[in-house]
Amino acid sequence: MTDGSAAGSRGGLPAAFLRAGSSSFVDLAAAVAPDVLPTSRSAGPGTSAASLGDLTPHGTTIVAATFPGGVVMAGDRRATMSNMIAQRDIEKVFPADEFSLVGIAGAAGLAVEMVGLFQVELEHYEKIEGAPLSLVGKANRLATMIRGNLPLAMQGLAVVPLFAGWDEAAAMGRIFSYDATGGRYEEHSFFSVGSGSIFARGALKKLYAPDLAVADTVMAVLQALYDAADDDSATGGPDMARRIFPVIMIAGPDGVQRVGDDQIGAMVDRLVAARRIRPDGPEARVV
Amino acid sequence: MSSPFYVAPEQQMKDRADFARKGIGRGRSVVVLHYADGIVFVAENRSQALHKVGEIYDRIGFAAVGRYNEFDTLRQAGIRYADLRGYSYDRTDVTARGLANAYAQLLGGIFSSGGEKPYEVEIIVAELGASAQDDQIYRLTYDGSIGDEEHFAVMGGSAEAIAEVVRSGYADALDLAAAVQLAVHALGSDGGPGTPVRELGVDALEVAVLDRTRALPRKFRRVAGPRLAAVLGGQPVPADAGGVSGQPDASTTSPAAPGVALTDLPSPPA
Repeated sequence: MTDGSAAGSRGGLPAAFLRAGSSSFVDLAAAVAPDVLPTSRSAGPGTSAASLGDLTPHGTTIVAATFPGGVVMAGDRRATMSNMIAQRDIEKVFPADEFSLVGIAGAAGLAVEMVGLFQVELEHYEKIEGAPLSLVGKANRLATMIRGNLPLAMQGLAVVPLFAGWDEAAAMGRIFSYDATGGRYEEHSFFSVGSGSIFARGALKKLYAPDLAVADTVMAVLQALYDAADDDSATGGPDMARRIFPVIMIAGPDGVQRVGDDQIGAMVDRLVAARRIRPDGPEARVV
Repeated sequence: MSSPFYVAPEQQMKDRADFARKGIGRGRSVVVLHYADGIVFVAENRSQALHKVGEIYDRIGFAAVGRYNEFDTLRQAGIRYADLRGYSYDRTDVTARGLANAYAQLLGGIFSSGGEKPYEVEIIVAELGASAQDDQIYRLTYDGSIGDEEHFAVMGGSAEAIAEVVRSGYADALDLAAAVQLAVHALGSDGGPGTPVRELGVDALEVAVLDRTRALPRKFRRVAGPRLAAVLGGQPVPADAGGVSGQPDASTTSPAAPGVALTDLPSPPA
């Protein structure tokens, strides 16, 4: 951190702080203290994708689904390092600000840092400008940050977020997905990212309906995560012995709220009881 | 060849102070005081867009009088200082004391350097502590002098007359309505004793609080519109979406989301 000692500093505040300029925290940090940014790492030549990718734990499956009053996002609790379970209670779903959520898959250390930076970025803009960014504006800022990470992504440290939130102007929940190059895609109804996402998406296809109530939508994403953990070794299922359950957050017109562990626990108990009778989950009609 | 006039340093400083004071004296005043749940900022401000009171960080608020462009530059610099510090270290490492010191250095440096005109501003940096005893109000003037104010602080054109009224009505742990009404009454009494008290309505006021009871980590909240009308009228205050009750979760990153029961969720808009 260089504030106070930076060249051109005057009396405790660097000159850059006093210039009228951008409302972006990332731009400010890049100018004043670039070493604090997650993208300041450079792996150097000669590091292969495999060697860097093995250095850090990986987060796995994130699921999001909209319902008429907002959007639900859920993430399992497992982080893996090749064949090892690095952490069994990692949190991968975060509030980005009061009305939006971000979930992360990929290199866990970098991703968590990027979420922290994204949160500060949104808050910084809101404080400087006196008004929050629009939901699409927030989604675009995240795309810019992912794009900045491309050199590291090519060396095996890809970060793949899922962004969702309540759009005040459109009065609906919306979901955005990203690729490692910073491409941003709006998803409709539901989406999933991470290693178990194929299975989660398959499950949601059969369980999701756009008019589900919030509690049913939460149950649907829990079922999808269960199915992902069933077939993907890197996704953690509910840990019944330790009572570790997926993190579930909801963004709606009243802001972001986190569903309590006791409630998720009760829903998971019902889910697991039903799976004892039919291990592959609720039956969908053929026609 | 003409030689420049000699001006004694005392005279130079006095001229600069007079200049700054005159600029500040033209503006309407701001009152900042402690109340039962934290700190309340009350400013006389007829603009809904150009704020005199602002949020710096989770528990730190800012208020200013004087030239708008100058104090807004200071406000933005404060936000940059706080956000960069909080991101580099931790959110708990951002303190009003550190920020007030940085401001004091800056204002003092500008005041005594010959090259620039002094800033025509006075600012207050207030911070919510863990408990009411730890709440801080720092007041800084155009020359960089800094004071740690007890109970309340007033700045602006008629600060003396207004402070007198606040002092006579102040008590520990006033509720929000009583604190705001006291501040508004004081702001209206800027003519001094003997002159009629001006009525200040919702449109003429800018009110914000640092509210210890707020569940979210960001404690700063504006009180405007119907909520402010209710506070001024002494009616029960309508609920605020940001003030959801419940314990914040212990997430390491901010902002933490309050917990929710699925049955509490609003039904979808029809």
